[in-house]
Amino acid sequence: MTLTSTDSPDVLVLGGGLVGSAVAYGLAREGARVTVLDEDDGGLRASRGNFGLVWIQGKGYGLSPYARWSRSSATRWPGLAQALQNETGVDVALRQPGGFHFCFNDSELAEREKRLSTLQAELGDYPYQMLDAAEVRARIPQIGPAVIGASYSPMDGHVNPLKLLRGLHAAMQARGVRLVSGERAERIEPQAQGFVVHGKRGTYRAARVVLAAGLGNRALAPFVGLDAPVAPNRGQVLVSERVARFLDYPTLNVRQTDEGSVQFGDSMEEVGFNDFTTTHVLADIARRGVRAFPMLQHVRLLRMWAALRVYSPDGFPIYDQSEAHPGAFVVTCHSGVTLAAAHALRVAPWIMGAPMPDELPHFSARRFEHAGELTPAH
Amino acid sequence: MTTQSTHSLFKPLPGAQGAAATQVAIWFNDRPLSVPGGCSVAAALLAAGVSRFRATPVSGAARAPFCMMGACFDCLVEIDGMPSRQACMVEVTAGMRIRSQEGARDLPPCGAADINDAPLETAHDR
Repeated sequence: MTLTSTDSPDVLVLGGGLVGSAVAYGLAREGARVTVLDEDDGGLRASRGNFGLVWIQGKGYGLSPYARWSRSSATRWPGLAQALQNETGVDVALRQPGGFHFCFNDSELAEREKRLSTLQAELGDYPYQMLDAAEVRARIPQIGPAVIGASYSPMDGHVNPLKLLRGLHAAMQARGVRLVSGERAERIEPQAQGFVVHGKRGTYRAARVVLAAGLGNRALAPFVGLDAPVAPNRGQVLVSERVARFLDYPTLNVRQTDEGSVQFGDSMEEVGFNDFTTTHVLADIARRGVRAFPMLQHVRLLRMWAALRVYSPDGFPIYDQSEAHPGAFVVTCHSGVTLAAAHALRVAPWIMGAPMPDELPHFSARRFEHAGELTPAH
Repeated sequence: MTTQSTHSLFKPLPGAQGAAATQVAIWFNDRPLSVPGGCSVAAALLAAGVSRFRATPVSGAARAPFCMMGACFDCLVEIDGMPSRQACMVEVTAGMRIRSQEGARDLPPCGAADINDAPLETAHDR
């Protein structure tokens, strides 16, 4: 289908995952007319495989603006969750009781302390505590004897990520966003008055275009003078049967969902576009989970999957507006849940002409042009 | 709503193996039942007229077997103290003590788990 200019939206968002739909929802809140092109079920869809953390502690080691940016999203998250509830009736089950990172030996504990104290020194306001085993057990009685300590930060939380994607889709459409499903953007043609996006099935025009296509951004960015050198990083996840509530706090590798399942994860592998699961990685994930919570040893696991994180060379996000073709933006990261509120409430206004949020200049892909040694983010 | 019952679509066929099978005595929610042996717990309970196997963890709605082949997890019951068993995947044996699965399963009290325990799963040869 070819749209005439009177039908054209103000903004085309390429990608309907957590990043694209959060940006589109925010754009609609700004009053923009928006069309979202979303790939079909053959898409890689990191948004349907993630762990659901709204996680802050430890992030941004080596690039502290990432910690500020992430935290600015976490503090806006209650407002986003409430808005989604009000506008769609979808409760995304946001809980922000603070999160734990368990340590199993002294060097892990020392490394954790170093990372968090460095971030606190750089950022000032950065609440966390290092806890010994007894202090952890006082808050989480179920931890096993192998846990010798933990870091705790009140900044962390979690959410039901599937409900989040559904809530964002419902909320953006309730605000008039047009969602084109089963449409893969293949080529972008910059023109004097804006952009023409050629999809598999149709052609779309708008004055602005936002690349939020996850791993697809790598191929799309050069059409509009942008650079998005993202690559897949595989994570594997296990989900248990539903069990009586025992854990309110999220941890980096074990959390209990709002509906009672226990999720286990936090593997990272560079295996290209292979999104299959492997027994040895899943066994290791399960073993680490049971080490933290021995009483889970007989809990049945129901499902397992792998998904591909959208990873830049240093692990941090990429936000840019094209210099050659103003009006073209790239928004890409591997923390679409944590950053959803920042994408809806801070990135969207920038795309519509507000000043760039002050953290964002640090996340231009230009940093890769003269990159030396890169420290992967966690 | 834990009081509502469900209506099963599964009925024993006349002359099928179950009809001729030896009856075995089991317990369901502390009630003695005589059920056909040689079949799954799910088939046995259905044959004995049980129509509410469990309550869902989120809304408490009543559930009964839906697929009878291990996929749907709607037939969960507690068998001999082991919670959340798939009734369709376990063969019924005489003397089994079966309870409806009321919501999410409990976890063992902390400190009770012994990492050297034989997995309880093997109690039923799974």
